[in-house]
Amino acid sequence: MKVNTHMAKEVITLEEVRRLAWLSKIKISKREERRYLNEMSEILEYFRMLDEIDTEGVEPTYHVIELVNVTREDAPQQTSPDSLLEIVPVMKGRYVKAPRIV
Amino acid sequence: MPRILELPASEIVRKVKVQEISVEEYISECFERIRTADPKIHAFLTLTEDYALMRAREIDSRIRRGEKVGSLAGVAVAVKDNICTMGVRTTCASKMLESFIPIYDATVIERLKAQDAVIVGKTNMDEFAMGSSTEQSAFGPTLNPYDLERVPGGSSGGSAASVASFEATVSLGSDTGGSVRCPASFCGVVGLKPTYGLVSRYGLIAFANSLEQISPIGRTVADVATVMDCISGHDSRDSTSVNTGPTSLRSHLIEDVSGIRLGVPKELFGEGTEEAVSKGVWNAINRLIGLGATCEEVSLHSLKYALASYYIIAMSEASSNLARYDGLRYGFRLEDDDCDWSEAYSRNRREGFGPEVKRRIMLGTYALSAGYYNQYYLRAQRVRTLIRQELSRVFKNFDLLASPTMPILPYRLGEKLRDPLEMYMCDVDTVTANLAGIPAVSIPCSSHQGLPIGVQFMAPPFREDLLIRVSYTLEKNLELDLKPAV
Repeated sequence: MKVNTHMAKEVITLEEVRRLAWLSKIKISKREERRYLNEMSEILEYFRMLDEIDTEGVEPTYHVIELVNVTREDAPQQTSPDSLLEIVPVMKGRYVKAPRIV
Repeated sequence: MPRILELPASEIVRKVKVQEISVEEYISECFERIRTADPKIHAFLTLTEDYALMRAREIDSRIRRGEKVGSLAGVAVAVKDNICTMGVRTTCASKMLESFIPIYDATVIERLKAQDAVIVGKTNMDEFAMGSSTEQSAFGPTLNPYDLERVPGGSSGGSAASVASFEATVSLGSDTGGSVRCPASFCGVVGLKPTYGLVSRYGLIAFANSLEQISPIGRTVADVATVMDCISGHDSRDSTSVNTGPTSLRSHLIEDVSGIRLGVPKELFGEGTEEAVSKGVWNAINRLIGLGATCEEVSLHSLKYALASYYIIAMSEASSNLARYDGLRYGFRLEDDDCDWSEAYSRNRREGFGPEVKRRIMLGTYALSAGYYNQYYLRAQRVRTLIRQELSRVFKNFDLLASPTMPILPYRLGEKLRDPLEMYMCDVDTVTANLAGIPAVSIPCSSHQGLPIGVQFMAPPFREDLLIRVSYTLEKNLELDLKPAV
């Protein structure tokens, strides 16, 4: 791996990787933290090439086509709740069982 | 291998209509071929043989009764496993969706069925379409039909490999940053990414909504045009679907490039471009010049920044899109009686997602987070504007832009798996079309040591007709010596 760890520390820290995993709701191990730190540092370093362009006053392109609100009649469509419930992994009666909230 | 499997879609339709062969015979041959070839290349994740044979017999009996059949009557189609098929497992090649069975068809599937195409199975891909080699599939890689030690490209590797090895006549993939053009190039087939909004995304499992389009793959330009004519068009269930009115790409299968002005962007022949690729692409361009096209080298300065801009946007959209996978209503779920919701979700996502998906979710989360939003996400979207502006300027002087599809030849399995950035770099010539929403095609133009090389053409929005005309002309005028090894 050709990542310069000294430089890597300036782009992103181990602390930040842990926080990102938490925000993304992905559990990662200590070993993975290290690996992600190296890989993400290298990738973010590359992304930083955008810093050299002057984007002052340029409108961002969130979408390439002109987006307008598209509405339709609020009419029920054919779907069966039963077929939807068939793919639920854990149920209690006809309810989706959720993990403990508090 | 029976000759029927080598025929273009239009010939198959003609033959079954005049009852020269039955759909059942042809579809049975497809599955025979799959049984021979697929253990070697692993293009399919799910086969729908019973369904396909039932459909085949049904179409046959309608033909025998003299009833009208569709424009793709009997044609075997392979479908990427991120496009929803009612009642047929749709996994995105992820453990997260291993047992997901959609209760509806994507619009493109409805349209294929309405034209009597026959879906033979669901194809392998990089997990959630994140990758350029199909090595990131949770169910094992697909191999390149031209060399079983090499990757087929990705992320629609199964869709391209199945067509290249005659397991299906045509296929559907999806192209977010080159995911159809890359495997088309590596597998020696034709792949067309349409203008954003031309094909409905309803039922395509989202990775990066503002970039992706469902895209056809075929062995000939005519087959790709035929599938496009079936799947394109307005759909009220996709709010980004554009209403262009009826179009026929088949009517642009014209062998004539006189007066076509080709631009060749220097930036797309960058330092990472292999010499064999560069030579093969120039050979194709020179052939077109010989047939009456004109050509000029151009410089599009902003393209240098396309790859970074693309990856920031794609990862950001991915982090948002993939937030829905918590394992509750569908998908992968572990025992969670002993923990709270945050821990439960985090464990399901740890086990359900592969390494590349996790990496992109986390990087996207970073680019969208407070303090970094302006520096990464917003800046990338502004650069996207600069790229679009530069492209629309250059399209005032040129009809099409020509370049390599991939800067390199198909590489060996595992070669780029250890270094994610090196893998991303392979998309350097394809991402521009997605950022700008313009159409682009990859067609085989040469080979080197038995490996296919693809040339890419990009056109202004909704000018698929030009892509079809130029590709068709090139196809008719190149002598290619390409033979798959399976």
